[in-house]
Amino acid sequence: MSCYIDIGAIADIPLRGARVVKSAAGCIAVFRTAENEAFAVDDKCPHKGGPLSQGLVHDRSVTCPLHNWVIALDTGAAQGADEGKACTYPLKVENGRILLDCSALATTVA
Amino acid sequence: MTTTLDRPAPTPSNPPPLQKAKQKLVVIGNGMAPGRALEKLFEQAPDAYDVTIFNAEPRVNYDRIMLSPVLSGEKTFEQIVIHGDGWYVKHGVTLYKGATVTQIDRSARTVTTARGVTVPYDKLLVATGSLPIVIPVPGHGLAGVLTYRDLDDVQAMLIAAKSRGTAVVIGGGLLGLEAAVGLREQGMDVTVVHLAPTLMERQLDSPAGHLLQRAIEQRGIKVLTKANTKAILGEKKVEAVLLEDGTRLVADLVVMAVGIRPNAQLAKDAGIIVNRGIVVDQSMRTSDHDIYAVGECAESHGQVFGLVAPLYDMAGVIAAQLAGDRDAAFKPMAVATKLKVTGINLFSAGDFAEGKDRQEIVLRDAARGVYKRLVIMGDKLVGTVLYGDTTDGAWFFDFIKKGTSIAELRETLIFGPSYAGGAPLDPTAAVAALPDEAEICGCNGVCKGKIVVAINSLGLKTLDDVRVHTKASASCGSCTGLVEQLLKVRLGEAYNPAAVQALCGCTSYGHDDVRRLIVAKGVKTIPGLMQALEWRTSCGCAKCRPALNYYLLCAWPGEYEDDSQSRFINERVHANIQKDGTYSVVPRMWGGMTSAKELRAIADVVEKFNIPAVKCTGGQRIDMLGVKKEDLPGVWADLNKAGLVSGAAYGKALRTVKTCVGSEWCRFGTQDSTGLGVKLEKFLWGSWTPAKLKLAVSGCPRNCAEATCKDIGIVCVESGYDIHFAGAAGLDIKGTELLGHVDTEAECVEVVAALTQLYREQGRYLERVYKWAKRVGYDTVRQQVMSDKARRRALYDRFVLSQRFTQKDPWAERVAGKDAHEFRPLADLRVLQAAE
Repeated sequence: MSCYIDIGAIADIPLRGARVVKSAAGCIAVFRTAENEAFAVDDKCPHKGGPLSQGLVHDRSVTCPLHNWVIALDTGAAQGADEGKACTYPLKVENGRILLDCSALATTVA
Repeated sequence: MTTTLDRPAPTPSNPPPLQKAKQKLVVIGNGMAPGRALEKLFEQAPDAYDVTIFNAEPRVNYDRIMLSPVLSGEKTFEQIVIHGDGWYVKHGVTLYKGATVTQIDRSARTVTTARGVTVPYDKLLVATGSLPIVIPVPGHGLAGVLTYRDLDDVQAMLIAAKSRGTAVVIGGGLLGLEAAVGLREQGMDVTVVHLAPTLMERQLDSPAGHLLQRAIEQRGIKVLTKANTKAILGEKKVEAVLLEDGTRLVADLVVMAVGIRPNAQLAKDAGIIVNRGIVVDQSMRTSDHDIYAVGECAESHGQVFGLVAPLYDMAGVIAAQLAGDRDAAFKPMAVATKLKVTGINLFSAGDFAEGKDRQEIVLRDAARGVYKRLVIMGDKLVGTVLYGDTTDGAWFFDFIKKGTSIAELRETLIFGPSYAGGAPLDPTAAVAALPDEAEICGCNGVCKGKIVVAINSLGLKTLDDVRVHTKASASCGSCTGLVEQLLKVRLGEAYNPAAVQALCGCTSYGHDDVRRLIVAKGVKTIPGLMQALEWRTSCGCAKCRPALNYYLLCAWPGEYEDDSQSRFINERVHANIQKDGTYSVVPRMWGGMTSAKELRAIADVVEKFNIPAVKCTGGQRIDMLGVKKEDLPGVWADLNKAGLVSGAAYGKALRTVKTCVGSEWCRFGTQDSTGLGVKLEKFLWGSWTPAKLKLAVSGCPRNCAEATCKDIGIVCVESGYDIHFAGAAGLDIKGTELLGHVDTEAECVEVVAALTQLYREQGRYLERVYKWAKRVGYDTVRQQVMSDKARRRALYDRFVLSQRFTQKDPWAERVAGKDAHEFRPLADLRVLQAAE
């Protein structure tokens, strides 16, 4: 069963940027693309745990600041020759507010 | 070492074969010919000899053909070394540097050096080379009269050239002209004095000699032919050259390049038969069965040799002989000559004297500056002179060497192999038409077949690959074009060295095109640029966006609005991200100077924010490591209060200006290096550059600030400031190049700013100064910021303009609230979850 939490306004995230949401399960990076889409991904690169929220956002992906792995925002999967997957979280945007599905969070905590 | 374990223990009655004493091979001389002989010997019989080399020059083996590019500044000595110290170690060779052998004792079979070292030999290789001929005119012994033979001569010329004075080169042959061009490149006023009516008369006929003279004169060098030197004038050092006709040429430097003679005295003193050179048979043995001679000191078939190709042939024969091949024999072959002066294409081979029994075919194209002459005897090609277009040189040379009949080709011969009934010229047709045995690289004796086999069987893709595996074009480099064409013929479209490297996968434009189009199209935003240049992705990638941001910033100072989302995280938050996601903070310490107040502020910040590590950096500053991102604004606020600002240790920007204590404290200091360093840092800070920019200022040539491995380094001297650039001490290690000398501190600051601006405008994103300077050419840089004063001023002014908009402390701006979202989480669900 999904339960959504309002984590903030999408306008609070820069276009082609990210902000961090802290949770008991660790940090979640919430991205906003140039097309004004939002995605939530674990703030940990599958490679060496780099903070993806600090990366450079382009199209629907982010380049990790530590070693330049490129992670797809919608699936969390590493692109190109690299292999690995970051956990993603469902969310929706309504009236400019980002609503994060906390049931996914709960499962992670459990 | 498993082999030694398998073998029974050696006993006196059962000595293992390897313990047989190796033969002792002693080599006198360490030039290119003996170097090549040893290289070949180690390939064929790596363990046959214990080798000892005596080198009168205090250095390793280097490529003497490349001295001219060293003189002109296109190459450094390190780039022309053939065998570095490691090679001698690897092959177990004992090399005595700076050791002149003064005696060969043939009965005792030993050689003895000037310092009294005596070494026994079983086989001796004499490679004493040649000596430059000094014309015994009055005054030839004056200071400032040099010859052109080895690196010491080049270094002496380079020092003399610093005065920017007047030089007279006596001799208009190959070496003389290369010396003249090199000295001219170094900024000297040069006159060539040549005895014959035309230049290089031994290799060129007179029409080609005149074309050459014109090309040399176009470089600003005066040429006097039919000019006989009568005397060199001067009190203590040279002041002028007096010609037979009474002409007096003022000169600060005289270079004699009138020829060489074999250096055979040592052999002669030992009773070995010497004619013009040391006489050798076809196995390269001298009159003493255990003594060989190789190189310019040797005389074979009544000839002595000065070009590298036959000398390498000799070396090959000696290696084979020493390795046990008694049949190896040296036969002199026709040789081809090329002039190693950039921009002058000249090729000659064979015998091109006129004669009754000879006919010639000549092609001239005045507009293109092309002259081609073929000399034919019967139905054979015997000689050729090519000027301006030397593409077909190898093809003609092959006919000359083999004596192939040209009867059927005669009518179109001069148009070369690519002529095929009016079909469009394919630049690679000439090389494609060459037979496999045709020689491509004269220096190293590499034929076309060998290169093609290497490309095919080893899958070679680049020029460097070919050089490594075949040595073709690895010496003087004049056949580089041919080798590239061979690659092109074999690999087709897959080989395209001239292709512009695209900036990234989002575009096919290269860095330079993008920069040009930014200005040409007046584009001032990243989205606008991507639209105008038809980017393939909607918003670029992590590779192109930071580059575009920099290019726009540099092109439109004060107008372009920096796109922080296109900056790497370090430049976005003005700190260096660490492996655990924390940051490091480095405040500026101007010129490496600090104070109790600053140190106290740093100590307080470290304690207040529980910063786990504090470290001194290599750039004379203090690094606080492990700062949490949220703490950054607080850390900065406290540092700001003590006057500390961002050190930009995270940026593609001005980093540090390292200094020594200079004349303020040091007993050797010549200038106030600390003061200059502080001035430079206060002037340059805040500027964004293609890659990081590190400076240093040393107060004297002892160079305690290590200025000569920096992007820009200043070494203070009594008379002012030597400005260096293009050093590296990271991924690559490279000493700096000298940019020039200035007398005053103000001029020094102007030059450094102009150089920085030139780099900002021309450097490709992430390209350090040394790579940029190598790409555009050190001389181009010197010309633009040292010689051309107006240009220097314009660069300086543009730099000053750009600085007006960037000298704001990014920490203070963020303490005041800029980019606050960067340092705060969007939400903290931990509170919420805990409440549930």
